[in-house]
Amino acid sequence: MISSLRPSKRRPQPQLTPETGSQVTAGIKNFELKRNDKYYAWLFLGPSLLVLSIFVFYPMLRTFYLSLFLTDNFGRPTVFVGFQNYVNLLATKSYLASLQATGIYVVGVATFTIIVGLLLAAVANQKIKGIEFFRTIFTSTMGVSVSVSAIFWLFMFNPSIGILNKLAVGLHLPVVNWLTDPHWAMVAVIMTSVWMHLGFTFLIFFGALQSVPKTLYDAADVAGTNSRYQFWHITLPMISPTLFFVAVITLISSFKSFGLIDLMTAGGPTNATNLLVYRVYRDAFVDGNYALASTESIVLAVIIALITLIQFKLLAKRVNY
Amino acid sequence: MEMTTAGQASIRRRSGLVFKYLLLAVLAFVIIFPFILGLWTSFLPTTEIAKGSLQGHLSWQNYHDAFTQTPILRYLFNSLVISLIQMAAHLFFASIAAYAFVFLEFKYREQLFYVVLATMMLPFEAEVIPNFQTVRSLHLLDHYAVMVIPFLTSAFGIFMLRQAFKQIPWDLKEAADVDGLSHWQFYRQVALPYSKISLLTLAAYSFLGSWNQYLWPMLTTFSNRLRPVQDGLRQLHSEETATNWGLIQASAAIVVIPTLIVLFWGQRYFKSGLNEGSVK
Repeated sequence: MISSLRPSKRRPQPQLTPETGSQVTAGIKNFELKRNDKYYAWLFLGPSLLVLSIFVFYPMLRTFYLSLFLTDNFGRPTVFVGFQNYVNLLATKSYLASLQATGIYVVGVATFTIIVGLLLAAVANQKIKGIEFFRTIFTSTMGVSVSVSAIFWLFMFNPSIGILNKLAVGLHLPVVNWLTDPHWAMVAVIMTSVWMHLGFTFLIFFGALQSVPKTLYDAADVAGTNSRYQFWHITLPMISPTLFFVAVITLISSFKSFGLIDLMTAGGPTNATNLLVYRVYRDAFVDGNYALASTESIVLAVIIALITLIQFKLLAKRVNY
Repeated sequence: MEMTTAGQASIRRRSGLVFKYLLLAVLAFVIIFPFILGLWTSFLPTTEIAKGSLQGHLSWQNYHDAFTQTPILRYLFNSLVISLIQMAAHLFFASIAAYAFVFLEFKYREQLFYVVLATMMLPFEAEVIPNFQTVRSLHLLDHYAVMVIPFLTSAFGIFMLRQAFKQIPWDLKEAADVDGLSHWQFYRQVALPYSKISLLTLAAYSFLGSWNQYLWPMLTTFSNRLRPVQDGLRQLHSEETATNWGLIQASAAIVVIPTLIVLFWGQRYFKSGLNEGSVK
């Protein structure tokens, strides 16, 4: 019974030498300890399971439950409506617009973060003097929190005193109302978000590039290929697991964007940047429509759960590597 | 003849090097520019900034104002306390849970592990409504506890430390059993020291995660006495932005400089830890 619970992947127990005495005592001690295991398991797992139950599992079920009702001002369920909230939600034009905006935002952030992050990593992956200094700078945005990033960039996007518009004037380009024009507001939050993600992404890509065996490039050099060929045919295939990893991580993190939106645009102008999480917050905690917000939460959770599932699949592959 | 080709090659190499440095410099400038601009303006008089000027008499006035007129130090202190508690809790509760999943034998162990793993799929952002109701009914609103209790453990931490503990040679556990070490002793004397790098990585990850929390503190804290720093900056921004950019930039700098120092100081280690986690 006990042995059947052993994890299958663990290596088999080594054969003991035929010193029967110590083998027997070890066996007895093992048996005693294993009887203790159950209590230790409760002790060790108890706190974590309790916290996860109260603050992760229960709220998920509760959110789903609430999404099947109409709710009062305190978020208490009143009338059971089944899946009507979902039907209504998916027929709401502004919600579909939010879904679309979120899609544009997450794909935009992920794409540019990967391209620029990879560029930074490739440029930093050379053996030249002073390269450590540049690597440090490339990592630096990792130390910047959401609020600080938003404040730095808000100042640059400021229509009258911001540096970007001053630059535009200097270059005889049209001045842009960065955060009050619906299209440019989206561009602005994507830019800020990409900048925030760059430090971490750079670090991951840099590690991946360094782990590509140098012999591969040497062989390619001997074969007389140029560096562009080597990038497409050696580097990219070798780091593709990392590439997917970064893509998924960035997608999930952007789906959860809240602070940036709250500080920079508050979902505006005209809902152009009213992303899914911000919408949940507004509907629940500003407008008091908890049923609607719960329904939106479930949609969000399903999307993120699906992406995370893909991540687990990739992670499993990576471990088996 | 040979000389000239060698000379040409060296010129080409040198111009290649110049190009490399130029590219590095441009990229570094783009990355670092928001910092520089923020820092620079934090030393300028607010009146000059409001005029759109980037010149003026540099002084510590904005920093002086931030420290004396805003609760920025209090915000920093709150964040430090909350983040340290969360970090310690993650290290402890996640490591004992991971220990159970690797070294203890009990019914439904694998199933329970998958349950824990599943929580990583559920975004906290989609659960704020019931969680808010829970902490409200527990009378935890506007209290340090509200920012700690829901985050006492970390499914990610359990997952990561389980991987780390699995690397511990099974022979060690057997030898410990023979020597009569209890699980607690084995956990303290072998499992933890053996997994130092993973523990440090989790510590950094947890601390930064807690430090950067935004939505939850914003929903659950209402007084400056308890507000952590992200929410504090939000507050300052909403109160001051239209009029006092100098003060805002100084506050942002005060918040970002400690984390940057920690980042640069811990970078060497951080890199190896992250690479270990991601590029295996």
